[in-house]
Amino acid sequence: MNDTTISRRRVLGAGAAFGTLALAGCATSSSGPSIGRVVVVGGGFGGATAARYLKMWGGNVDVTLVERNTSFVSCPISNLVLGGYKQIAEVTRGYDGLKALGVKLVQGEVTAIDAAARTVKLADGSTLGYDRLIVSPGIDFMTEAVGGLGTPAAQAKFLHSWKAGAQTVALRRQIEAMPDGGVFAISIPKVPYRCPPGPYERACVVASYLQQAKPKSKVLVLDANPEVQSKKALFEKAFKDRYAGILEYRPNAELKEVDAAGGTARLEFEDVKADVLNVIPPQRAADLARSAGLVNVNNRWVGVNWLTMESTALPGVHVLGDATFPAPTMPKSAHMANQHAKVAAAAVIQLLKGEAVNATPVVMNTCYSFVSAREVIHVASVHQYDAANKTFQPVAGAGGVSAAANQVEARYALSWADNIWADALALA
Amino acid sequence: MTRTMALALGLAAAATAHAQDPNLARNLAATCANCHGTNGQVRGKEVKPLAGVSAEKILAQIADYKSGAQPATIMHQISKGYSDAQLKLIAEWFAAQKPAQ
Repeated sequence: MNDTTISRRRVLGAGAAFGTLALAGCATSSSGPSIGRVVVVGGGFGGATAARYLKMWGGNVDVTLVERNTSFVSCPISNLVLGGYKQIAEVTRGYDGLKALGVKLVQGEVTAIDAAARTVKLADGSTLGYDRLIVSPGIDFMTEAVGGLGTPAAQAKFLHSWKAGAQTVALRRQIEAMPDGGVFAISIPKVPYRCPPGPYERACVVASYLQQAKPKSKVLVLDANPEVQSKKALFEKAFKDRYAGILEYRPNAELKEVDAAGGTARLEFEDVKADVLNVIPPQRAADLARSAGLVNVNNRWVGVNWLTMESTALPGVHVLGDATFPAPTMPKSAHMANQHAKVAAAAVIQLLKGEAVNATPVVMNTCYSFVSAREVIHVASVHQYDAANKTFQPVAGAGGVSAAANQVEARYALSWADNIWADALALA
Repeated sequence: MTRTMALALGLAAAATAHAQDPNLARNLAATCANCHGTNGQVRGKEVKPLAGVSAEKILAQIADYKSGAQPATIMHQISKGYSDAQLKLIAEWFAAQKPAQ
């Protein structure tokens, strides 16, 4: 049995369903019958891009996007909010562009997936039927991996700010309230985690702010890994040249326990006192992926078929972004989630139409990191599909990092953000 | 299997794939949108527009990035990740798009 056979049968099933759910086809502006119903869960970089490209490439496809938040807040660039160089509004965008394309927006939370019945259940008790489901759930935190972090009080004090939004604003307030001479400590989990260069960018941006505003302060980078995990030489150079005396980097410094009362971080061999302790806990595919039975790699991540992004655990369910178990050297990044979404959108349309999927997809990644308010470094890679191994492989000899931190790429970084936000959200 | 072998197979597949998938050029070009805008219609002034630019001009520019004749911050690294056949499909696809308003 092949995918085409399955898909044709599903399309027929979908047609029958429209008999009883007559309104399903009304949202689209294109003429002709709908090719099917797609529900997208999660309106971040992956899910929003998938919804946009399904509409742009699929024509008459019914797309419903379920997102718990009312607006899109970008993790990329949000470290600049922590430094006071951007306001949260500048990294926030709306979903009106997607609505204008005919994407049906449902603000809510999916609590269960029934892959056999092809329905998702929402927290308000309603259900949505689909022919293909795309889940872009992001990550959730393994708070149980850090002693003392399980309580609401500890989580309110030791912010992760690893999902942009209220936590970003709250951590900025903590940094602003820190006395001159205080210690800002950031705890980095062992890989894999969302956005490999992100914690080092954050350390630099906060150090840049403190250097100006509270010059007696310190930034302490507590890295559970043995070394900097992305753009290593460039970040090490920034630590040494720009932030000597203010930033201290400690490798192999895994956070074991936090003490909310004292604000203390317990490492293996010592206790560290910090005025602001930013705990980025270890991560796994978001809770929905776990409860729905999508997590099937290392009890943490979702395995996917890279030609379609379809889950290897649940048929008909495509999974994007940080929740996936990555192909070799593939980063968990916003840019990569956007690229996953395009592979999925193309494949879902073909599957709905009963066509063969693209046998040679390509994805690429670019991550810009600010090492100060005005200077940036990048890492880039291109990943071609490797049919023999059924995965993406990074192209040897392609990709790389900046020669040095520079101001030109700071402009490119902001231009990248403007363009990827518009690409995902169909901004005017 | 070595990475080189895998890559060679992958590229060999890519060379024949556009006959199989009519959307291959569109899909490849979409990998550029994160910086160059949806359908090559870039926002802002920092990045070169691609929509409506002739394929010859795009391919000449990429060749200069690859050779180093044209210094770049990042395009010399990214352009090397695509085969010549893929770059040609991408360039032709962008050439056929409407320029940004």
